[in-house]
Amino acid sequence: MSTRASGRTVGGLRTLSLQAPAVGLLLMWMLIPLVMTLWFSFQRYNLLMPSVSGFAGVDNYYYLLTDPSLWTAMGNTLLLVGWVLVATVVGGTLLAVLLQQEFFGRGVARLFVIAPFFIMPTVSALVWKNMMMHPVNGIFAWIASLFGLPAIDWFASLPLTSVIIIVTWQWLPFAVLILLTAIQSLDDDQVEAARMDGAGPLAIFFYITLPHLKRAISVVVMIEMIFLLTIFAEIFVTTSGGPGLATTNLAYLIYIRALLDFDVGGASAGGVIAIILANIVAFFLVRTVAKNLEN
Amino acid sequence: MMTSSTNSVAAASMAVNASRARRSVLNRKLVLTLVAWTIALMMFFPIFWMFLTSFKTEAEAISTPPSLFFTPSIDGYIEIQARADYFKYALNSVVISLGATLLALLIAIPSAYSMAFLPTKRTQTTLLWMLSTKMLPSVGVLLPVYLIFRDLGLLDSRTGLIIIYMLMNLPIVVWMLYTFFKDIPKDILEAGRMDGASTLQEIFHLLLPLTLPGIASTGLLCVILSWNEAFWSLNLTTSNAAPLTAYIASFSSPEGLFWAKLSAASTLAVAPILIFGWMTQKQMVRGLTFGAVK
Repeated sequence: MSTRASGRTVGGLRTLSLQAPAVGLLLMWMLIPLVMTLWFSFQRYNLLMPSVSGFAGVDNYYYLLTDPSLWTAMGNTLLLVGWVLVATVVGGTLLAVLLQQEFFGRGVARLFVIAPFFIMPTVSALVWKNMMMHPVNGIFAWIASLFGLPAIDWFASLPLTSVIIIVTWQWLPFAVLILLTAIQSLDDDQVEAARMDGAGPLAIFFYITLPHLKRAISVVVMIEMIFLLTIFAEIFVTTSGGPGLATTNLAYLIYIRALLDFDVGGASAGGVIAIILANIVAFFLVRTVAKNLEN
Repeated sequence: MMTSSTNSVAAASMAVNASRARRSVLNRKLVLTLVAWTIALMMFFPIFWMFLTSFKTEAEAISTPPSLFFTPSIDGYIEIQARADYFKYALNSVVISLGATLLALLIAIPSAYSMAFLPTKRTQTTLLWMLSTKMLPSVGVLLPVYLIFRDLGLLDSRTGLIIIYMLMNLPIVVWMLYTFFKDIPKDILEAGRMDGASTLQEIFHLLLPLTLPGIASTGLLCVILSWNEAFWSLNLTTSNAAPLTAYIASFSSPEGLFWAKLSAASTLAVAPILIFGWMTQKQMVRGLTFGAVK
């Protein structure tokens, strides 16, 4: 008994020393900026008005929480994350099933489909904005003109949809990559047996393929959620959050406050709210998905 | 006579059926080829178009209808190289991505080892907490980090970006390594310990060789994420340490209308990582799935 107990203490010490660098660094990474952000959020601190300073109490929070733009930004964040998740999971599953079939040039076609994942967000946003969705010289405008349709000014009339399309294009390959690997591990005998029993392709998809992909889909949702909640470059390059607030998500709203209005206090209050939100999402989502993975 | 003729009829009909079946398999394959390639080409089209545009003149680049056939020229590339030295930015990208990846692996390996082989009640919580740090918007902490970097003299330095990217990727790296290490039977390490191996020897001589594919895919993903990161590189560098994301940004704002040059710069910025990604995708996907796909 005593050796086991001492073994556990030694194990505890080893755990501590082995984990210390990673945990310590991440703690610092979180806590130091967090404490500073918290401190700033209670200050009157605007870089354009250095004379106005001092303790602001909860004024920054009051202004922010009563400002309708915060709620617009939160709504946009949810719409962006939600639609991209739906599009990439549904599209990714269908594409994975398609790319799993035998056809000519399968290897190269797969490389083409996953390519967008490796492209810098800034570059893909620039290419989409200038060459695909440009209302005069873009490819979409040209295709519309072939059918005698008027060109759509994408970023003026459908700003959030345009951003969603670009982000979906970037993340669809990621979903395909993961789901394709998952499908490849599907048991062929099981599918064959189901077919012998008279199951159609749809039944096989819904009763065999989809349940098999459950864990992989969880992974896609979790990873994408982490990155989609903080989308920035795509909005910065294409619409700068506009027109109005149409494409301003939470990350971009804080950026506007901090770097364009020079309102350090207000931006910090926004940062604190974003951090709280991130933790709420992390708590529920990560926990659910992680449980899904454990089983 | 009768039976033999029925037999031959049956045989003939079977042969017809078989060839029909073969033809229907072929038809199915042709239809699949058509559908899959249409989608693949649509997905790839923006990248292909960017590549094509980079060899056009500025007039050809904005012509309607779009010009598909033209005399390729590399003037765009020559002009942008005269403006900003591509190789300086590319070197920064390589050094920063590799540096951040190696540093993250170095710090994450002991941590993932202890989580996988010496788990406690808090292991799951620690992992989830680490991942939750990735959900914070970088803008929320930009000002404090900027001020700290200014005071430490880390602004516009490769070291500064290496540190930021390492911290940015650390949670994912720890988690991925953890899932790989968990697959290794404990007995193997136990045997090593019986032979008197220290923890470090255990890690270096037993664990790392066994999980090398997993570590490689973790590293590959880390390199790609670092290479493409734009927020911190734009806000924390000006010239000396600026990587390719900053190179692109320097062409995007005033040059928005010069599509051929912008395309040339974009092609140069994404080509290395795209080729790298294509070459390593089989390897990488094993890590991306976090051991969820068996």
